[in-house]
Amino acid sequence: MEFIKVDNVKFHYDIDEEPGQQPAVNVLDGISMSVEKGEFVALLGHNGCGKSTMAKHFNALLLPSEGKVYVDGMDTSDEEKCYDIRKKVGLVLQNPDNQLVASIVEEDVAFGPENLGIEPKEIRRRVDDALKKVDMYEYRLHAPYKLSGGQKQRVAIAGIIAMEPDCIVLDEPTAMLDPRGRDEVMSTIKKLNKENGITIVLITHYMDEAVMADRVIVMDKGKILTEGNPHEVFSKVELLKKHRLDVPQATELVYQLRAMGVKFERMPLDEEECVEMLREVLK
Amino acid sequence: MMRDVTLGQFFPGKSILHRLDPRMKIALLVAFIVLIFCTGNYFSLAFTAIIVALTVFFSGVPTKMYLKSVKTIIFIVIFTSVLNLLYGTGDVLWSWGFLKITTGGIRNAVFVTVRIISLILVSSSLTFTTSPTDLTDGLERILKPLGIFRIKVHEIAMMMTIALRFIPTLLEETDKIMQAQKARGADMESGGIVKRVKALIPVLVPLFVSAFRRAYDLATAMECRCYQGGSGRTRMKSLHLTAVDFKVLAFMIFVACSVILLNIFL
Repeated sequence: MEFIKVDNVKFHYDIDEEPGQQPAVNVLDGISMSVEKGEFVALLGHNGCGKSTMAKHFNALLLPSEGKVYVDGMDTSDEEKCYDIRKKVGLVLQNPDNQLVASIVEEDVAFGPENLGIEPKEIRRRVDDALKKVDMYEYRLHAPYKLSGGQKQRVAIAGIIAMEPDCIVLDEPTAMLDPRGRDEVMSTIKKLNKENGITIVLITHYMDEAVMADRVIVMDKGKILTEGNPHEVFSKVELLKKHRLDVPQATELVYQLRAMGVKFERMPLDEEECVEMLREVLK
Repeated sequence: MMRDVTLGQFFPGKSILHRLDPRMKIALLVAFIVLIFCTGNYFSLAFTAIIVALTVFFSGVPTKMYLKSVKTIIFIVIFTSVLNLLYGTGDVLWSWGFLKITTGGIRNAVFVTVRIISLILVSSSLTFTTSPTDLTDGLERILKPLGIFRIKVHEIAMMMTIALRFIPTLLEETDKIMQAQKARGADMESGGIVKRVKALIPVLVPLFVSAFRRAYDLATAMECRCYQGGSGRTRMKSLHLTAVDFKVLAFMIFVACSVILLNIFL
């Protein structure tokens, strides 16, 4: 079932119409895509390609200048539906420090459900449940500033889960984390998708993270460059390189070996697959 | 240098003070402060001082922390008590030029010292034993009636919550910026007061810029979490008064009566 539908969306920031000024540049330039329920989609692209702007369209923080975005059948430009949409689509931002509101972990997680006007008992249940899902339950009485980056980001994710959304959009959630924090956050995201059936839209510029998704959408200069499952997308090494995008290291290695004449049937995505393929070739 | 700020510091625990409802604690604190200033003679003053000592003792917070908070105002205490000592009326005990110490002066000095220190100790016991969120929550609920005067109580409480939440974050950031500026050759430790204040400008400017950026991010995050102000909002922890609250209230009434009786009869 189609959960989010983006229909030919264009977006530009408002600038004053003064003589001599350049016309507004479209940050999003005719984007159409859809996200199915329960899917794990990665939105990949360079800085400034419009992927974060796209993220803010998914929960009505920004409204398209042209075109429409539908969330579960609701038009995001319908003001009355704004909070219903935000209840269904949660957004996690890049900097974990800036999105925590309260000085105690569990009270921060309770912030969302409190805003929805839910009964105290039910809030308690949701908060405990959300903290357990991200493995932060034993830290529920800690102060956020004493946690590591990865832990803080998981608390931020718990704060969204406690609102029980159908879909979580994560805008470069690992960009400010160390490798360990990145692993923690990524495995939490995967678990939420596989075990709890939450739809995930992961916005990232790390190829190795995009590989984990069911589907990858590559954006460049406000347009969709290509999309498909990770194998399909990362097989197009030339196309990606032409737009200054990297491919995962394993793919890169096989690509270079192919160019030197070694025969491989397909492109690997991670090290394990690559090792397996190299072993076969070397036999 | 930035690490030892005791503002908003909270020590989790299970003492009787920790178990009190924050609304009761705030109300009792205000009442007790009034009481401290109602003491009329040495007996009632000593009595309130003993109550303060008991509060400190039973709060389950390391006494070291209380000493730390008294240390920050020790200058004010000394200054006011010396002034009081010299500007009193009554029998002159000692004089030198225009300076004279009188019996009234000694009395005033003792009173002002005990009162200020008591004031600091009981207020510290409130912040030490109440989590910042409980504190703002309690304040919000106590001040709720002010809503009829169109005072936005929820918004004020929200601002306090956020301010308390960001104090450690911004302190850490200040430290980082100072180090970054020092690495570029900024000199913050030498020179007169004017030079030192001027040296802070390159620290404050980036700090402000980043604080605004954080505020913008936080507003976005709050919107994502459906924040729409105070109306229609529920709370996870509902506050309710328990037996402990009423016992402590009864004790406070007893203390207040005792102080009044001591004032009258001794």
